[in-house]
Amino acid sequence: MSTTSYNSNPILRAWYDKETRSVIVQVIAMAIILAFFAYVINNAVINMANLGKDISFSFLWQPASYDINQTLIEYSSRSSHFDAMIVGLINTLLIAAAGIVLSTIVGFILGVMRLSNNWLTQKIAYVYIEFVRNVPVLLHILLIHGFIIYSLPRPKQAINMGDTFFLNNRGLQMPSADFQPLFWAVTATFVIGLSFAIWYRRYAKKLQDTTGKISPVWTISFIAVIVAPLAIYFLLGSPIEWDVPALKGFNFKGGMVIRPEFIALWLALSLYTAAFIGENVRAGIMAVSHGQTEAAHALGVSSSRTLRLVVIPQALRVIIPPLNSQYLNLTKNSSLAIAIGYMDVVATIGGISLNQTGREMECMLIVMAIYLILSLLISAVMNWFNDRIRLVER
Amino acid sequence: MSQEYAPGTHPSLPPPRGTTGPIHWLKENLFSSPTNTIVTLVIIYLFAQILPPMVDWFFSDATFVGENRKACTTDGACWAFVGDRFNLFIYGFYPAEERWRVNLTGILLVIALAAVLWDRMPARKQMFIYALAFPFIATWLLTGGAGLEPVGTDKFGGLTLTLVVGITGIVISLPLGVLLALGRQSSLPIIKYFSIGFIEFIRGVPLITLLFVASTMLSYFLPPGSSFDLLLRVLIMVTLFASAYMAEVIRGGLQALPKGQLEAAESLGLNYAQAMRFIILPQALKISIPGIVNTFIGLYKDTTLVIIIGLLDPLGIGRASVAHPDWLGLSSEVYMFVAVFFFISCFSMSRYSLYLENKLHTGHNR
Repeated sequence: MSTTSYNSNPILRAWYDKETRSVIVQVIAMAIILAFFAYVINNAVINMANLGKDISFSFLWQPASYDINQTLIEYSSRSSHFDAMIVGLINTLLIAAAGIVLSTIVGFILGVMRLSNNWLTQKIAYVYIEFVRNVPVLLHILLIHGFIIYSLPRPKQAINMGDTFFLNNRGLQMPSADFQPLFWAVTATFVIGLSFAIWYRRYAKKLQDTTGKISPVWTISFIAVIVAPLAIYFLLGSPIEWDVPALKGFNFKGGMVIRPEFIALWLALSLYTAAFIGENVRAGIMAVSHGQTEAAHALGVSSSRTLRLVVIPQALRVIIPPLNSQYLNLTKNSSLAIAIGYMDVVATIGGISLNQTGREMECMLIVMAIYLILSLLISAVMNWFNDRIRLVER
Repeated sequence: MSQEYAPGTHPSLPPPRGTTGPIHWLKENLFSSPTNTIVTLVIIYLFAQILPPMVDWFFSDATFVGENRKACTTDGACWAFVGDRFNLFIYGFYPAEERWRVNLTGILLVIALAAVLWDRMPARKQMFIYALAFPFIATWLLTGGAGLEPVGTDKFGGLTLTLVVGITGIVISLPLGVLLALGRQSSLPIIKYFSIGFIEFIRGVPLITLLFVASTMLSYFLPPGSSFDLLLRVLIMVTLFASAYMAEVIRGGLQALPKGQLEAAESLGLNYAQAMRFIILPQALKISIPGIVNTFIGLYKDTTLVIIIGLLDPLGIGRASVAHPDWLGLSSEVYMFVAVFFFISCFSMSRYSLYLENKLHTGHNR
């Protein structure tokens, strides 16, 4: 009896049909989502109309009229907000790139130390990792920044490193390079050496595939890329003039300075992320079964070649995906720069420009869009790398 | 002379000499090879160089009591600010005569947490209901009203603020995260792509931009004429942020379940809601518990970011101390104190997650 009552009701009948039901649910969901956005946007329109504001990006071309303490491209307070944003973006990219390099190096060292057969080395890495990753990264940034500002000596008593580097509470003074015309020869040698090394690597692989002969790829690449340009550099009589900083009065003249904000942010982000990378590296190496090493040894492969050809390629497959998310975290965490006044993209367009122009909506949209694009780019690069080293199955 | 033993009754012989004991341990772990020996000796030498001055700075030469910086006359650290500003670190600017309410909330919180986290709690069913009611009790106790003196949320600070933000974020983000994770796995394209879009957007931008949204432009999107205070707006954004990460953790748990589970449930005649409630989610959530605890640790650390939009959590109180005339420039001491505080809380949470991981890892113990 009950079945006839189901069938007689067309709504219930539609509901019990899977296809129809999914359409109904989706239409309802769509309606709710659209209604929510309509409500929120309507609120925003009314609120902004009440305040007499509109949405316009023309403020980007007005003069920013504030100074930025670290600029890698031409910028002055007469430049536009757009220029300020580009300067900020470059500073963000700089700190992200520098941080990714240092955190990877330190992270791999930590991961290997965690697996060392020396008990002390193991425990040092363990204590470091546990302490660093259980403390917020913002605290690391403030701690290192505070240490440089308050605990390092003034320029007059700067810590002197071989009369070329000076560490003080205004940052690290270091020589700056002035490239002479002849330097192009060194650059050219480097480029030629690099292309030769890449070609030689392919050639050696082909040779090994066909004849089984192993060529000294690393030695020859090293000579082509590092030794040859250095030799040319000295043959031409060192075509770089170094401008070494020197103490004049209360501050240093000449050379260049790495500001405390950059040092603090760079060290804090890298050392914090390195602790996480260290654990990923350890997990990756441990994921390679010991049988692989034993099998390689049984085949007569030497220890170093086992590591390079058997263990590391397999470990990398496990390490790369979490490494990708660590790089993303580092890039996103670089936005904490604003806490110590490093002028990254959040501090310029999302900070001072926002406060000066009162265009919250536009500024925050720009900042979020920039970070979304950066995240996508890093993910794309890492996915490409991941695809290259992935296990190729059938 | 040899004694006769019946088969299987021979007592165990002691291990061969030189394979046990501290000397053997040293040989094995510190001096197993020439390189190893050199590394060990270098590390011991460095420790001998670094440790004594550090101990002097931290303890022997340090000053522990004092009114202000002038009391610190020795070369070592100046820990006197801890005693001076301890209440600030815990309560923020909560009025002194109302602080019993914070303490009471803290005690109630411990009981509620015990009910949720400790599986041998007596009368756990009833305690669970209490744990569900706790957020409302806590809100009433902390903000006042209905018989209690009202306290504005701008007075919240220190550890109180960290716990309010962290626990609210995690409690509300858990159900939201479950919904988003199910949405992302759904076969209905609109729901699926909406969930994916939301999760990836939140995970693609830094928390600090979301907090800026909370402090500068969220009020535009709220009904005209309404005014939400800053803490509430921050809580909204932090919850959305945490729910995106939570969704990914739970999705991991969902994907770890074999497809046969859902198929078996469907073949028994369970509909989608029943299958999720009785078959899929209990297993998926159990797998994701360590990940959920890790998300919570991350969120707990991330609450420090609120200092950038002007709320004062322990780190913010510390930063204010560094700028305070009485304790000007004591940055290393202040930040190290806050770091130790965060380390203790986060480290114990990560130990708990490890314990859970071991306890829940029952799959291979047959």
